[in-house]
Amino acid sequence: MLKRYPLLIVMLILGYLFLYMPIVSLVIYSFNESRLVTVWSGFSTKWYVELFNNKPLLNAAATSIKIAALNATAAIVLGTLAALALVRFRQSRGHKSLGVMVTAPLVMPEVIIGLSLLLLFVAMEDLIGWPQGRGLTTILLAHITFSMAYVTVVVQSRLAHMDRSIEEAALDLGAKPLKVFFTITLPMIAPSLLAGWLLAFTLSLDDLVIASFVSGPGSTTLPMVVYSSVRLGVSPEINALATIIIAIVSTAVLIAGVIMYRQEMNKQKRL
Amino acid sequence: MMSRLSWPTALRVPGRVWVIGAPWFWLALFFILPFLFVLKISLSEAVLAQPPYLDWVREVEDGMVLIQLNFGNYLMLWEDSLYLAALWGSFKVAAISTLICLLIGYPMAYAIALAPNHWRMPLLMLIILPFWTSFLIRVYAWMGILKDNGLINQVLMGMGLISEPLQILHTPVAVYIGVVYSYLPFLVLPLYATLIRLDNTLLEAAADLGCRPWKQFLTITLPQSVPGILAGSMLVFIPVMGEFVIPDLLGGPDTLMIGKLMWTEFFSNKDWPLASALASVLLVVLIIPFVLMRHYEQKTADNLG
Repeated sequence: MLKRYPLLIVMLILGYLFLYMPIVSLVIYSFNESRLVTVWSGFSTKWYVELFNNKPLLNAAATSIKIAALNATAAIVLGTLAALALVRFRQSRGHKSLGVMVTAPLVMPEVIIGLSLLLLFVAMEDLIGWPQGRGLTTILLAHITFSMAYVTVVVQSRLAHMDRSIEEAALDLGAKPLKVFFTITLPMIAPSLLAGWLLAFTLSLDDLVIASFVSGPGSTTLPMVVYSSVRLGVSPEINALATIIIAIVSTAVLIAGVIMYRQEMNKQKRL
Repeated sequence: MMSRLSWPTALRVPGRVWVIGAPWFWLALFFILPFLFVLKISLSEAVLAQPPYLDWVREVEDGMVLIQLNFGNYLMLWEDSLYLAALWGSFKVAAISTLICLLIGYPMAYAIALAPNHWRMPLLMLIILPFWTSFLIRVYAWMGILKDNGLINQVLMGMGLISEPLQILHTPVAVYIGVVYSYLPFLVLPLYATLIRLDNTLLEAAADLGCRPWKQFLTITLPQSVPGILAGSMLVFIPVMGEFVIPDLLGGPDTLMIGKLMWTEFFSNKDWPLASALASVLLVVLIIPFVLMRHYEQKTADNLG
């Protein structure tokens, strides 16, 4: 079909060029010797060396990774529950309001989420004395709140397209619902859980705005360090950091993609 | 319906309550309740204290509670033209960028939907991949491309098209480029999902009757994809209205957007009540596009089964 529309093919290629040109230039200039990021003066890996000697940045990265991992784990539990509720319990009370509450964080401007959560945490501390001050806990609570919405979308689409005959057979044979969930449903939706976990992890690792509102002294995350450095102008060290992040992410996404692609092709072959 | 068949009545009740209750209460507590505090603080007065606002319900002496509402923040938003200009600025950027995203994203989504079966997944992956790499870093990448001695100016000067570098970074153009670049995947994915599930029989019938491809597209494909277009557009429009990072890093001092202004009021001026009032106004403005989005999302879901 596509062959009949050469114009569409051209636009698709231009679109991909637009999407990848900045990323490629970022990677290339991370190996540039000059501090003037965009003037090429020879190949060098010295910015990577400097990156690994930058203590505040490494500390912030460690903080961010810790928050991201905890966040992803909590978000996957809450998100899966929400997805189950939305797909399976359509007649239940609270189904509709849950649907609205899960969609809204996906589009809500980050400045609003950040400010509103900060005001909540201040009021809560005033009323019940928890959470004490602001720091890792408050960032984590905030991240779980928006990450779980993304996890819900990912798991929901998998659950909605899942073949339910095996579950029903198990239930007919007398298996308890909880057992059916852990032995049949969970393994069947496992790929989407992995995708959801990774998505929640990267979302948390990437968040600047919300974390800035709800963080306290001593809880500086990686995006905050990157932001304050970037505000002063382009720096080759940030290019090196970006290249490392891009390398890790694209490897992970490529591996996941190849696995999913093979599964999809196998499924089509069987049909 | 299915669940009524398969889940025994005795076990259904407690399990269900947990499954729906846990995420429901989490979101009610950490997503809905905070908005009430934003509204509350927006009606209070800024003071030099920790936290920097005066609670409007105060116990002055035994049994006496003083309620002092301050509408001054909203009055200020209305009277100082800066804030309305910022709201308009945000609207303009969000609306125009959504339109540009559509013009670039629709042909991309359509091309992927028409591509051979085994090509679709890799092509989609290529759309999603940049979305997974840090947002902040992708915005930063454009700083290196757009600045005075950046890639674009070097290429243009190298080709002899310009003799002096163009100022692109810290102008509105840079903001548009950044927004379109960052939000394009949000539009391509829902559009693709709509286009891939369209009924092809109408197209075949039209082709058999001698309808030209362009006319087929305009009279059959485009109208059928309207709900997807609207749902996807809101997915871009709503978050861009409150965008902070892009106008801050790529825009100039004259780039007025409401998210950036809120950030300044909060972090630089430490005026929490005014920032809250701005957030409340933005929230109210966004309700209409949000309702539209939900409506068309459900419509596409219903249509496509």
